[in-house]
Amino acid sequence: MLRTRPWVPYLYVAPAIALLALIFAYPLVRVFDFSTRLIRGASGPYVGSLNYRLVWEDPTFHDALKHSAMLLLAVPVLVFLSIVFSVLLYERARGWRVYRSVLFLPYILAVPIVGIVASYIFELNGSLNGLLRGVGLDGLALDWLGSEKLSLLTVGIVIVWREVGFGIVLFLARLLSMSDEPIEAARIDGAGWWQRLWFVILPELRGTIEFYVVVAAITMLAWVFAYVYTLTGGGPGTSSTVLELYIYNQGLRNSLPGMASAVAVILFLITLVFVVLQVFLRARANRQEGYA
Amino acid sequence: MSAAVEAPERSAGAETPARAPARRRWPGVARQLFLLAAALVALYPVFFMVTTAFKTQDQYLSNPYSLPWPISLDNFSNATRGGSFLTWFKNSVILTVGSCIISTGCAALAAYAIARMRFFGRDVLLSLSTALMVVPPVVMLMPLFILFTNLELIDSYQGAILVYSGLTLPFSIYMLTNFFRSIPNELVESALTDGARSLQILWRIMLPLSMPALVTLVVVNALWVWNELLIALVFLPDDKYKTLMVGVTVFRSKYNLDVPVTMAGMLLASIPMLLLYLFGQRFFIRGLTAGAVKG
Repeated sequence: MLRTRPWVPYLYVAPAIALLALIFAYPLVRVFDFSTRLIRGASGPYVGSLNYRLVWEDPTFHDALKHSAMLLLAVPVLVFLSIVFSVLLYERARGWRVYRSVLFLPYILAVPIVGIVASYIFELNGSLNGLLRGVGLDGLALDWLGSEKLSLLTVGIVIVWREVGFGIVLFLARLLSMSDEPIEAARIDGAGWWQRLWFVILPELRGTIEFYVVVAAITMLAWVFAYVYTLTGGGPGTSSTVLELYIYNQGLRNSLPGMASAVAVILFLITLVFVVLQVFLRARANRQEGYA
Repeated sequence: MSAAVEAPERSAGAETPARAPARRRWPGVARQLFLLAAALVALYPVFFMVTTAFKTQDQYLSNPYSLPWPISLDNFSNATRGGSFLTWFKNSVILTVGSCIISTGCAALAAYAIARMRFFGRDVLLSLSTALMVVPPVVMLMPLFILFTNLELIDSYQGAILVYSGLTLPFSIYMLTNFFRSIPNELVESALTDGARSLQILWRIMLPLSMPALVTLVVVNALWVWNELLIALVFLPDDKYKTLMVGVTVFRSKYNLDVPVTMAGMLLASIPMLLLYLFGQRFFIRGLTAGAVKG
């Protein structure tokens, strides 16, 4: 530790604190305030829980909430795929480095570009359906983006397609940093592939899985705006509207900042659960490493 | 400690011994087929974008799967004529560079104090800042938008740079704090006996030793800012200030029916990140897994 005059450290952290206060602290406090007001311009009269009641009575909000919750179903899919592929790569399948680069590539592409390209692939007469019809699976050539039943599923597929690259690389990095001995020992004891996965590799990955589940869940709840905006715009109807898009539409398109803030508060409280979980997991990981 | 930044280094060492026994396990053929199928799925949209971008509308309509032959470059000239790619590109560069500088600068100063000095509130500050890493921007959107409207910071580079620097700051602080903590104390001590002051130690010892972490940090933050849509859409709506990501959504609605021109536009917009990925893959992977991989 450096010995300095007592006020010196505060000079160092001052710019960061100022910036965090402006971009995080102030808005997080204000969003609660806004949610209880009828905002006109910079502020407005206090209206109590009116915005929350309006939101609650809005069927679109219910749809958005339901859809955001449904996107959470992508989390186990992401975890499963990431584990399977990272283990396959870890076992040094021939060409594993190339596969790693290829499987990670989607994650490098910008979400808006992914969304736009995918919107042409998933069109009713797009190239995916062309392929399906070509191999005789006409029954699967569905209206992926234009049908109310499927649009959210399609959004979920595209999200998984891009996000899984991160999971794979994450798990692989963890696997590569662990020692081979337990796995070798298990093999010598005659454990099969699934047994080794279940009894040796998964316990080793536990911390990383926990971390990834939290990150992926927060992503699904609150970082999918660009996917939805470029793929479906929330439609058809409200069939793929999620909370983020609802906040954007109410706040900026319909000029109802009060209602948008009420939903933002709700979304914040939901993610707060995960934030707390995240802090807890990090603190535990740091303790196990023996941080000073 | 600081497994965050070091883990990939260790893993690089672990990668090298190519181990044959793995092949005895899962039947090799099945595994290859499985990986190959996954690779095709991962690559197909990219293949679709690239090949379509070089086709004429007729070629695309008659066969969307074929390789483009004869190659047509018209789409690119149409795309550059129909979209303001240069302006969008310039705006994205300004925002990315500006916010990376501010975010890294503020984070380096703060992380230095957090990692190397003792002061009241230090641990609380680090915990709070780390927790902010996962607070989604959309929660802050409305208050920030109204505040920035009143400050006349909408449609200004300064405003958007402030937002982006702030949003990337928690990750920057987290990563640099971890890295600074891993720098051996002796190096700092010896500088102290030479009479160096605290800022000189940061500038002459900590930062040069942190080059790998700094590069990784800049790559990750740059990728994030470059690819961001929501903030750019809300804070920079004017045509003059649109970023590349907002630009491509505008471009798409304009050329909706002409798939090859749209794909040419998407390809143009992807080139910077694809190039960066080709040359700096390890920085991407190291940075994106930073903080998650605990030894």
